[in-house]
Amino acid sequence: MSEKKSTDDYWKANIRIITISMVIWAFVSFGMGIVFRPLIAFIPIGGTDLGFWFAQQGSILTFIVLIFYYTWYMNRLDREFGVDEE
Amino acid sequence: MDQFVINLIFVGASFALYIGIAIWARAGSTSDFYAASRGVNPIVNGAATAADWMSAASFISMAGLIAFVGYGNSTFLMGWTGGYVLLALLLAPYLRKFGRFTVPDFIGDRFYSRTARIVAVISLLVMSITYVIGQMTGAGVAFSRFLEVDNLTGLIIAAAVVFAYAVLGGMKGITYTQLAQYCVLIVAYTIPAIFISLQLTGNPLPQLGLFSTHTDSGLPLLQKLDEVLVELGFHDYTGLHAPQTTFNMVLFTLSLMIGTAGLPHVIIRFFTVPKVADARKSAGWALVFIALLYTVAPAVGAMARLNIITTIYPDGTQNEPISYDERPDWMLTWERTGLLAFEDKAGDGVIRYYNDANPPPMAIEGGWQGNELVTFNQDILVLANPEIAQLPGWVIGLIAAGGLAAALSTAAGLLLAISSAVSHDLLKRTFAPGISERQELLYARISMAGAIVLATYLGANPPGFAAQVVALAFGLAASSLFPAIMMGIFSKKMNAAGAITGMIVGLGSTVIYIFLYLGVFFIPGTNVLQNTPDQWILGISPLSFGAVGAILNFAAAYIVLSMTKPAPQEIQDLVESIRVPRGAAGAVDH
Repeated sequence: MSEKKSTDDYWKANIRIITISMVIWAFVSFGMGIVFRPLIAFIPIGGTDLGFWFAQQGSILTFIVLIFYYTWYMNRLDREFGVDEE
Repeated sequence: MDQFVINLIFVGASFALYIGIAIWARAGSTSDFYAASRGVNPIVNGAATAADWMSAASFISMAGLIAFVGYGNSTFLMGWTGGYVLLALLLAPYLRKFGRFTVPDFIGDRFYSRTARIVAVISLLVMSITYVIGQMTGAGVAFSRFLEVDNLTGLIIAAAVVFAYAVLGGMKGITYTQLAQYCVLIVAYTIPAIFISLQLTGNPLPQLGLFSTHTDSGLPLLQKLDEVLVELGFHDYTGLHAPQTTFNMVLFTLSLMIGTAGLPHVIIRFFTVPKVADARKSAGWALVFIALLYTVAPAVGAMARLNIITTIYPDGTQNEPISYDERPDWMLTWERTGLLAFEDKAGDGVIRYYNDANPPPMAIEGGWQGNELVTFNQDILVLANPEIAQLPGWVIGLIAAGGLAAALSTAAGLLLAISSAVSHDLLKRTFAPGISERQELLYARISMAGAIVLATYLGANPPGFAAQVVALAFGLAASSLFPAIMMGIFSKKMNAAGAITGMIVGLGSTVIYIFLYLGVFFIPGTNVLQNTPDQWILGISPLSFGAVGAILNFAAAYIVLSMTKPAPQEIQDLVESIRVPRGAAGAVDH
């Protein structure tokens, strides 16, 4: 029974980190790159504004960081809950 | 040495490498053939995935696709990369843990239903076959352009090479050739990009060059580009312009992201790594390798577009353009291919390039007779780069090999997705369960050969809708497979009836919406509504509909689930087991 509980907690912790990551994923692309671009247009970057940078580079770089962070986080979580691949 | 000979050497050497890998990586079992025995290093798989994913269109057309629209087409950059976040977080680790060979295999087993499996096979075949046509046409075009053979001959050579390593080696052969192809294509793409960036901005990194100062004018590069474009009557580069809207940018980006994550030929790459943790890591590396090209492409596009304009107007757009006789040699070279064409409408011997649909004041005052750069193919921005940057001939040879590598690697990945769906899902798991492993491997090879023949035929005789393929393939992947797989993992109770209804609703609504505006099977004149923004339902472009189809899929599935019995206990236990990594190594290779 205790193992069952532990698996549930593992899954809850996973869902939590997925949710946080997806919020960041949506924020940098749909948010900074598209919808909020006019709001942050006052921040200049190399001949244009921050939103343009997010749309063409910033979001991609954030995506990479997100995946590696998630990988690192999950490896730790796997070990913590004893569900890693031995 | 003659450029043709140099191209021949580069392309020939790269092909010899692929064939060598084919002989080395022969498949001895179905596990070899479908999943490279799950022994691929995650970083190698990342590079293979990047080559699998980046097609001839990414390599040759993407820079132009962005450069000719500007900010509005950033959707492709975000959409085609953001999908990997979905893959890494929502699909890849669990599918690897499940330990099957194909996408329909997961859907069929998880939803304990032959119908679900067959619906998945059908949508896989439709999207992969439409997608592979573009790759084969791309390979044919690349051949004819660089090696001066006709399209059909080029296509047949390309098919023969793919045949050698895909039929012999299956996933194992494809993986290691894709690794080699990635190296060829990224080197080919990056070298001219570094030189054009150095030339225009003094910065060797194109990613930084894009946001640096344009050396000749002393202005920031993007500001300079905006300026000259507006002076010539075009809309500026960094702004948002009709018909693109904020709403459709969001929806289209989302559709591309979900579609990317739902493409079977990408998903199956993650079945080849040894562990669940490797599947996550591998998705990260895939995105790193993809980003190396996708962050360079917009820089190349913007720089090449600016460079061509400043070449035509050496003293600024307010002064006289260059005369025909003085135009650089590379323009002459590409005029011969028909990708560039001039017409001296005014008969004054100079090249007047501007937007004649919205003529700038100087054109009206000067009595210009219309735009004289009558053909300006977007592929020029990548293809002519080495010559514009005055790089030696071997760089052009490298571009030729790179373009072919991009086309062949994607074609091979798609062909494997097609053949494994036929030999594994249709034969072994549905209609001929009695066949032995040896027989299945034989059928896998036969269906691979059949798929290559079909793809070659369709590549030589592309149906009229080939150009619309992207919309259809991504729309179908987003609206049918992605939601089904995701619910299979994240909703323990989701049952067969819900998943099947969801897939059919998602698939059906997307196909109907696209056909409504683009014509039934894209046949001109059969569209019911005009494909213009004011006719779109709620302003949704048919190209952006995939995300809506996905939402309808989820909604229909949950409505049906609420009215029917949840999935049986043993399936719910199965879902619990795929949610944890432990035990993946022992996962069944049935």
